Amino acid sequence: MKTALSFAMDFGAYAIKGGTKYYAWLLFLAFFILVGSYTAYIQFTQGLIVTGATDQITLESFFASFVFTAHVAAAAVLVVAPGYLYHRKDMKELAVIGEIVAMVFVATGITFVLFHMGRPDRTWHIIPGLGYMNFPNSMLAYDTIVLNVYLILNSIGVVYILYKKYIGKFEAKQLAIWFRPIVFLAIAWGPLIHIVTAFVLASNARVGTWATAVLPFAFLSMAGASGPALIVLIFLLLRKCTKLEINDSVINLMTTIIAWSLGIIILVFAAEIFTLLYPGTEHADSLRYIMFGHNGLNHYVLWFWGVILALVGSFAALLFSKVRHSYDRWLPLVCVVVFVAILMEKPMVLVFPAFSPTPLGEYTEYHVTMIEFFNVLFVWAIGFLSLTLILKGAIGILTGEVRHDKSSAASQSGA
Amino acid sequence: MSEEKNEKMQDADEVVQGRRDFLKHVCTSSAAALVAATTPSEAVDNASNPDADVTVAEFFQGHFLLMSEEEKLQAIARLEKRYSAQYSKKTTVSNAPAPDGVLFGYALDISKCIGCRRCVHACVKENNQSRNDPEVQWIQVMKMPKGNIAFTADQLDKGYPEKSEFGDYGVQVGGNAYKTAGLSTEDAQNYYNDELVPDKDFFYMPVQCQQCEKPPCVKACPVRATFRDHAGVVLIDYNWCIGCRMCQLACPYHARRFNWGEPHLPAEEMNPKTHYFGNRPRMRGVMEKCTFCAQRTREGRNPACQEVCPVGARKFGNLLDPDSDVRRVLATKRVFRFKEEAGTYPKFFYYIG
Ligand code: SF4
Ligand code: SF4
Repeated sequence: MKTALSFAMDFGAYAIKGGTKYYAWLLFLAFFILVGSYTAYIQFTQGLIVTGATDQITLESFFASFVFTAHVAAAAVLVVAPGYLYHRKDMKELAVIGEIVAMVFVATGITFVLFHMGRPDRTWHIIPGLGYMNFPNSMLAYDTIVLNVYLILNSIGVVYILYKKYIGKFEAKQLAIWFRPIVFLAIAWGPLIHIVTAFVLASNARVGTWATAVLPFAFLSMAGASGPALIVLIFLLLRKCTKLEINDSVINLMTTIIAWSLGIIILVFAAEIFTLLYPGTEHADSLRYIMFGHNGLNHYVLWFWGVILALVGSFAALLFSKVRHSYDRWLPLVCVVVFVAILMEKPMVLVFPAFSPTPLGEYTEYHVTMIEFFNVLFVWAIGFLSLTLILKGAIGILTGEVRHDKSSAASQSGA
Repeated sequence: MSEEKNEKMQDADEVVQGRRDFLKHVCTSSAAALVAATTPSEAVDNASNPDADVTVAEFFQGHFLLMSEEEKLQAIARLEKRYSAQYSKKTTVSNAPAPDGVLFGYALDISKCIGCRRCVHACVKENNQSRNDPEVQWIQVMKMPKGNIAFTADQLDKGYPEKSEFGDYGVQVGGNAYKTAGLSTEDAQNYYNDELVPDKDFFYMPVQCQQCEKPPCVKACPVRATFRDHAGVVLIDYNWCIGCRMCQLACPYHARRFNWGEPHLPAEEMNPKTHYFGNRPRMRGVMEKCTFCAQRTREGRNPACQEVCPVGARKFGNLLDPDSDVRRVLATKRVFRFKEEAGTYPKFFYYIG
């Protein structure tokens, strides 16, 4: 017990220690949290009417952002898997970073869903036993289950690994027997949360563009690109600013995954465009609307082509080994482009335009309101703040700066 | 009356004995704070209605269908008290069950409908929808051009190849090729503002909840707040809905309306004769839609839209009774269902009389 307490204390103390740049970053996030608390208060007191959502376009930026968080959370297994499945030595140490990313992003996604709900105060209605869960009919019920299980699995993994490292007992023999099964389950669970999230959208007869078997594959490939893009950025940053050792081989593996995920995304887009446009049935209406606009409504057209251009451009760039190995210049740039392109693809290409035409033939445009925008930033800021603090503490443990053995051996045995 | 009052006084205590006592014990105080924080306008309303317990008890209320008879009566009494205070008039909330041996169905004659939208407004008046900012309407009348063919004659010979050995009308690359196709509602106008109806170049098609036999909205709801009753009508427990809008996503008829903000229902326009699953005033953040006027049809009356229609385009009745209006329409007219390909088996029929 005492060890657990000192673990938490040391972890926390190390997490909030840092240089000027570190504090500047925390302050930057704190600013959005401050503004966001106010806008969130407005939304929770006045309702979703303060967002741009309507009966025609019923999902707002929160839901779109949630899908994106699921991308990154699912992709984090790509950091965990090589270490455990392929026994790559260079990756095994870093697995915990993947799990931290997964944990934080699922939690962020769940927060987005709470912002999406009209009655967040009634969330308990879905807890089986207390309320009623419409299982196995409702896809959102499945999603609730898989997200929460993923969150729990990863939290257990993260806390256990860090704690074991902290007390210096991270040898194979000293690990609990349940640990490996949990890690493997978490690896399998990553794609699962994503497939289920795709089905939450694909199961709606009303929205033709989503009713496609290709949607889970589109999601998985976008996960494969956006998640590792973020992770490469984190790795490059950690390598530069901390003592943590991250081999080039690790970054190269991630870059390869990004490149081929982008390839698959392009294929998926092409397949979808062909299958819809060639026969040109009513299922093509929505796609035409995104690509070319409709009777002067062309809010999404630039976004669509911009995203396509960014994805194809990044793919092409990553084919050059010069770009792939330019660790302090081109690679981070490409990663930022991929991350932002897929982030913007969610609301502007996947979610909003899919609602036009409505079943009654209406075409509408979605306009994000200020309050909604700051609420999205609010949730992101909380997410990135947690990510920063947890990663910082974890680095301390991984590099050995934070460990328990400075305390007496007696308290160790007492634990 | 006095009995009711006693029940209300005990509300807060008796809910404790329900199956949510765990939750209650753990977080009564925090929940009360939560309720106050998340529903301040209700709290403001409660300032005139001093019983803050009502809000708390409503918060802990379970799914209406899963309540015991006693809990149901308490919930109803609670609501009647709240509404009566809020709208300063005696409000009744009925709990009348759906009749047995009945399957409600609706038939609408699109050759008669003149697009006057009296049904739309009668519905708003009857069902206590938000009146302004925004006005919520459950019925939407589509104004469709007669001869709705989704291409135009002057474009017929446009596009490539303009000339071929098969004549001028070959594979089109330009011209009509890029026009939206296959969507029968494409040219519908939903917000027409005509002084005089009907417009002779158009016909009208009102759409409301089609009371599907296989309702995708029910399937999608994660908490079963929306369900089908045994008379075939799909209803919503407004106190159980969590506002996730999965049902709205699933509905292929655009029939569901969400209370994005606090509904604005002036007290003098409020219809005090309500039903729990029907027209009782809704709160912010929950879904609503046409219930075939549960408060009327469960008592053997006709829906408001049916009564108000000046040309008799609307027929309502029991699909299980061969002599009902609806069944007679089905037997003798040319009948179709809207978006039948969605596979939801609507019990709302359109016919050409
Ligand atoms: S029309 Fe829509 S809301 Fe009505 S029952 Fe069918 S799916 Fe549900
Ligand atoms: S909005 Fe309400 S009725 Fe609709 S699916 Fe969500 S909880 Fe169910």
